[in-house]
Amino acid sequence: MADEALFQFLHNELIQYVYKSAEHGEMENGRCITKLENMGFRVGQGLIERFTRDTARFKDELDVMKFVCKDFWTSVFKKQIDNLRTNHQGIYVLQDNKFRLLTQLSTGKQYLEHAPKYLAFTCGLVRGGLANLGVKSIVTAEVSVMPACKFQVMIQKM
Amino acid sequence: MAVCIAVIAKENYPLYIRSVPTENELKFHYTVHTSLDVVEEKISAVGKALVDQRELYLGLLYPTEDYKVYGYVTNSKVKFVIVVDSSNTSLRDNEIRSMFRKLHNSFTDVMCNPFYNPGDPIQSKAFDSMVSAMMVQAC
Repeated sequence: MADEALFQFLHNELIQYVYKSAEHGEMENGRCITKLENMGFRVGQGLIERFTRDTARFKDELDVMKFVCKDFWTSVFKKQIDNLRTNHQGIYVLQDNKFRLLTQLSTGKQYLEHAPKYLAFTCGLVRGGLANLGVKSIVTAEVSVMPACKFQVMIQKM
Repeated sequence: MAVCIAVIAKENYPLYIRSVPTENELKFHYTVHTSLDVVEEKISAVGKALVDQRELYLGLLYPTEDYKVYGYVTNSKVKFVIVVDSSNTSLRDNEIRSMFRKLHNSFTDVMCNPFYNPGDPIQSKAFDSMVSAMMVQAC
């Protein structure tokens, strides 16, 4: 589908833009990652508002996470999360075996060091979405082999 | 139709409140404020509730002598409150429902506006005119 490609191009350009416009020294201390994450946060807030418009109210945290894995992921990345795991104490691990924003990068270890750039926006997206649903969290991502990646969501208890 | 329409944030402060101009607008603010307790009560009962009771529309919150107060809560815990005149008996539940629906759609548009900061008071003209349309029909 066409919109799929558009999102990818826009996302790639976004990263390019943030990194090119970064001043010297900003690159090292993770300012760019934070910037991308914050953009994702705002987008996530808006998107979740739109996606949950026709759904019933969620009954608990797990219900919210399932929504993120199924509906939210399908709407944004055209596929569901492949595996959701939790320790029932506020930690969720979302595994995507073929993460769409990484599929254009060659598989294997060659570009592994660039992966964080391509995941920051999505981390923010998830965090923003959850925050808007009243779940405060910290989202981190981790890649070991290229198109697969894991998002770890740590819920902050109030 | 409505005499007062309010949007209340997650943290229970008003994002938007508008009522038909009368001498005591403050009374509406008071009515909306007191309705929040009822909303809270209805939301907190959700854990046990069945699926069909987990609707966003909360129904009639409470009637007073002159007004009826209806509530609606989004998944992001933003509350909408509509106050209608009790004398207006022709108003059906379905119509109230569709008013909330419209309000929600409009609110979503506001939220997706990149120039709007979530949590700020709503100043959108589109939202404003939609609300006016819902109020004007009554008077």
